Parts: sequence; structure tokens; C-alpha cells
Amino acid sequence: MEKTWNNKAWFLVLPVLVVVAFSAVIPLMTVVNYAFNDTFGNNEFFWAGLEWFDEMVHSDRLHEALGRQALFSAIILAIEVPLGIFVALNMPKKGFWSSLVLVLMALPLLIPFNVVGTIWQIFGRTDIGLLGRGLAALGLDYNYTNDPVDAWITVIVMDVWHWTSLVALLCYAGLQSIPQAYYQAARIDQASRWAVFRHIELPKMKGVLLIAVLLRFMDSFMIYTEPFVVTGGGPGNSTTFLSIDLVKMAVGQFDLGPAAAFSLMYFLVILLVSWVFYTVMTSMDRSQSDIPEAM
Amino acid sequence: MARITLKNLAHSYLAQPRSEADYALKEMDHVWQDGGAYALLGSSGCGKTTLLNIISGLLTPSHGRVLFGDRDVTDAPTAERNIAQVFQFPVVYDTMTVRDNLAFPLKNRGKDAAYIKARVDQIARMIGMEAMLSRKAQGLTADAKQKISLGRGMVREDVNAILFDEPLTVIDPQMKWELRTQLKALHRQFGHTMIYVTHDQTEALTFADKVVVMYEGRVVQMGTPEELFEKPAHSFVGYFIGSPGMNFLDAELQGDRARLPGGEVVALGAHYAPVAGRVQIGIRPEHAMLVASGGMPLTVRRVEDVGRHRLVRGELAGRPLNVVMPEGMPVEGLPQVAFAPGRINVYADDWRVAPQEGGAA
Repeated sequence: MEKTWNNKAWFLVLPVLVVVAFSAVIPLMTVVNYAFNDTFGNNEFFWAGLEWFDEMVHSDRLHEALGRQALFSAIILAIEVPLGIFVALNMPKKGFWSSLVLVLMALPLLIPFNVVGTIWQIFGRTDIGLLGRGLAALGLDYNYTNDPVDAWITVIVMDVWHWTSLVALLCYAGLQSIPQAYYQAARIDQASRWAVFRHIELPKMKGVLLIAVLLRFMDSFMIYTEPFVVTGGGPGNSTTFLSIDLVKMAVGQFDLGPAAAFSLMYFLVILLVSWVFYTVMTSMDRSQSDIPEAM
Repeated sequence: MARITLKNLAHSYLAQPRSEADYALKEMDHVWQDGGAYALLGSSGCGKTTLLNIISGLLTPSHGRVLFGDRDVTDAPTAERNIAQVFQFPVVYDTMTVRDNLAFPLKNRGKDAAYIKARVDQIARMIGMEAMLSRKAQGLTADAKQKISLGRGMVREDVNAILFDEPLTVIDPQMKWELRTQLKALHRQFGHTMIYVTHDQTEALTFADKVVVMYEGRVVQMGTPEELFEKPAHSFVGYFIGSPGMNFLDAELQGDRARLPGGEVVALGAHYAPVAGRVQIGIRPEHAMLVASGGMPLTVRRVEDVGRHRLVRGELAGRPLNVVMPEGMPVEGLPQVAFAPGRINVYADDWRVAPQEGGAA
């Protein structure tokens, strides 16, 4: 049967297009504008072509920030994903304790980012902070304002504290959706604890785990507020991640052109990595079910 | 393989059961013979699955003991009981191939590879999945998955019993018949004790040598299909078995006769001692018959043709009564109904009353 084309349907999409245009596309276009022009104020623009991009691609400062950023995301993913799964596996499944644990787990997620930063900033101080003083009392030389390693540890522990709950709660939701019969069948089949995890829990959690990894990657790659409040990017530049560097460049130095080029590339990198993540993980899923019959 | 004994078994899901109503399973004492094919029949929520899970060890009963042979296994974990169980909905390990799924219980018990391969091939042939052995189980249809679950349940030869919890719910009718036939063949071949839970009487009656009927957490009758049909021990068995179920009429016992509320008198074919409680007589529609005279007046409401016979739905003294008339027998112009004496059962408060020994017929 021939389908009738009706262009009136476009009107139905129009409201969304308008909203998206004003909330995302147009602001982004101003950034694009800055990225390809130079300006000295007064709304006067001079065409710069790819100059800013060229400068940014070859900027050591950006390379270093990107390196730190990648390392940070890799470390927190390597900690938060397994830890989140482990916590989810050990959370009570029903009853009073499960409700209580759920609330406790959700608490860090409800705290505003700059408050999280402030909490850890104070917590880690060697003069009045419980953690800092405690470590000092144990004879450890801990000072996140002087020592880059201590600063990194603080920022990572803070992120793990703040966000492991998200991974755990997502995994917990995945686990709760597994029918009891699967566990019963595994007991009948005499499956080991590892086999239950490997063949029942992990496959059923895969969907939510993919979302968790994506969310944690994107958020950690864009992290700004918490490390900014705790370390301000220091000591030196040791915890200056991409966003912190970008803000320094755009607002601190008022280098709008390079900052705009920087943010466009930043955006594209996140988009690209997320897309690769997603494609790899979903295709893994597909290839598992589409094994040819004869093998 | 072993005989399964349930001793004073009862179960409540509540920590402190107060009344009998708090028990999902009321106290019971039963012996399930080694090598028997049992069907556990009852409506939803009557405790069938609870009983099954207690036998397999997925659930520890709150009261009583479970014995396999002479060994008390009440507190033994599932693995030690060496039981196979197939669940209502397919349980397959998605990430494994069909072959690995079938081999899983054997591998976990450390059987050697050659034996596993032979056994898996044999089971695959039985469930008709040889062509799919190398496929991942993920993405298969529900009935293919359920066949894998069945196969996994049957792959171990040395099990004490195989328990089936409404395993054919998701299978389409054609395949249902075939699989049930295969289960029976398997039972004849290996002689495993099989317990088959279902709420479908056809399934129960065709599968089992002995049918166990449960009602509200109680085993109301354990018997051959014939016994259940002829002598239902409880009015629920009468209703539940047969299509349509047994007719029940309030009555007053008078020795070898029963007087219905309308004053009609029915010959019972046996002598009964007086009993207390609400007395009813039960008669199968197959044992009632329309007659021209010499019976009781029946108002016919509707006649349904169900192929092999005709089903007459009528009223006797204001109470509904079903009569099954064999093919070829007329139903028109017969205003009365008669009951075959000796085929009438008497119930007091829903439980069957046995006639007196040697009573006058």
C-alpha cells in the first residue's frame, strides 16, 4: 500500500525544535562564532579561520590537561564500577534494611556538587579536618594543598564517595529484576557463587551497567566543581582537569577564541568516546546472540 | 533414587503463625513411592509450589521432616539432595550456548567430558534441539528456552527425583503433547520419581500414575485418576476433576436413601450411618441420565453439543444439575433425571463419607 505523505506532521515537531534551538543549538553557535573569529570587544569580529584550533591542537597545556583528565576518568571508572557492583550484590534485597540502605546510598547523590567539594575540603584539612588531622595523628604526611599525590588521592576518594552510589543503585535495580527462579535453578544445578555472578547476575546487569559506565565517564570527563573547590586545580597544575583549564582560559585569561575552539573539541571528544563506548558495548551484546548455527 | 516421606510437614511463611489460616501448607503425612509418577494438582495458590520447593530444599519447612529413603534431609541444602527441578518460566543461562546450558549441571558435578558429551547429545535429541546446540541461548523463543530448561532438568541420570513446576505453561499445545509423551517415555525408561505440578487436570491425569489433589494448603486426596473420578474424597476434588465437575445436592440421609429438599428420594446403593454436619450427595454428570419416567423432574435450561456427547444443563428442585448424555441418545421429550445407584457419593462438610461395611444395598 502506498503511504500518504503529509507534511503537516512537521508542525508537531516544531515546538521541540524551537526549544532545542534556543537551549542548545543557538548558544553552541555563539561558541562556534568565537572559535572561528578573534574579537577585541565592541562586538567587532575578525575572521581567524582554524587558527585557534591549530593553536589548541598543538598546545602542551591542553595535552597535559587531557592526559590528567583521561587518567582521572580511567581511575574512577576502574574503582567505582567494580565497587558499585560489589556493593549492589551485598545490599539487602527486601525489608526495612533495604529501604534504609537505599536512602543512605542516595544521600551523596543529593548533595550539591560545591557542597561536596566544601565537605572534603574541610574534611581533609590538616588543621581542623577530621581526615587530615586523623592522618597526621597516625604519623602520615598528608597534605593535599602541597603534595600532588595527596591531592589526587583526595579528589579520587571524593569522587568515589560521591558517585559509587549511582553505579550501585543502577546495578541494584538490575539485580532486583532477576526472577527468583534463576537463583533457584542455579542452586538445583549446583552452580558456584562465581558462576551465578558470571552467568546470571552479570548478563542481567549488563544493560544498566552500560548506562552507569557511560554516565560516569561523561560526568567524570566534565568534572569541574568538586576539584575546583577542594584543590583549585593545584598544587601547581596537578589537578587541573579539562573543565578547570577551560574556565581559567575563558574567564580568567579572557582568551575567548582559544577557549571556544577548546570547548568545541572537548565536546567532540566526549561525544566520540561515548559513541565508541556505546557502539562497542551494544555490538558485544549483539554478537553474543548472533552466533551462526553451525560452528 | 529414593522414597520421599513427608512427616508431619507444615509450612508457614510467617514467623509466628497464629491460626491454621496462617499456614501455606497444613500439616500432612505422605509417602511418595520411589519411581512413581505423581501429579500435584490444584488451583493457583493452594500450596503446590511451596510443597515442591520444600521437597527440593529451596525452602525449609517451618514444621515437620522430609526424608529421602531413610535419610532426614529437612535441613540439607538443595545440592546435597540431588534433585532436578524445572520451573514454570524458562530459566536459561543467556551467555552460554545451548550445549553448555545442558551440560552445566553435569559440569558442576565434575563429570568427565566424554560422558557429558554423550549425555548432552542424547538429551538434545530428545527435546529436538540437536541443530541448535552451538547457538547462544539468548534470543531463542520462549518454548525453545523452556525445552532447554526441561533438558537441563533431565540431563542428570542419578537424581533422586525430578520436579516439574507447571513446566508446559509457555509451550504451545502441539509441542505440549509431544513433550508430555516424552516425559512419560523417560519415566518408563529410567524410573525416576517424578512430581509434576499443574492446575490442568488433563495434564495431570495423562501424566501421572497417582494424582495428588491439593486444596487450600492441604492434600485432600492422593489416588489414581480413576479413584479421583469415582470416589472424590473431598467436594473440591469432585468439582475440580471432570468437565463439568460433580453435581452436589443438599440432602438428608435416611439409611440407604437420601431425601432432597424438594422431597425427592434418591436411592444411594449403599447404607450410611447418620452423620453430623452439612450433608450433600455428589453425582457425576456422566452418572446421571435423562429418563422418560421413574426419576425426578428436571427443568432443562440448555443443551450443549460438545462433540462426543451432549451436555444438558438443567435444574433439579431449583438447584443446577448437569447431565452428560452419550452420543446417539435422545435428550428431547425426557422430562426426568435418574442417578445410577452405587455411583453416588455422600459428603458431610465437604468430606466423603464411606458407606457402612456390608450395608444393605
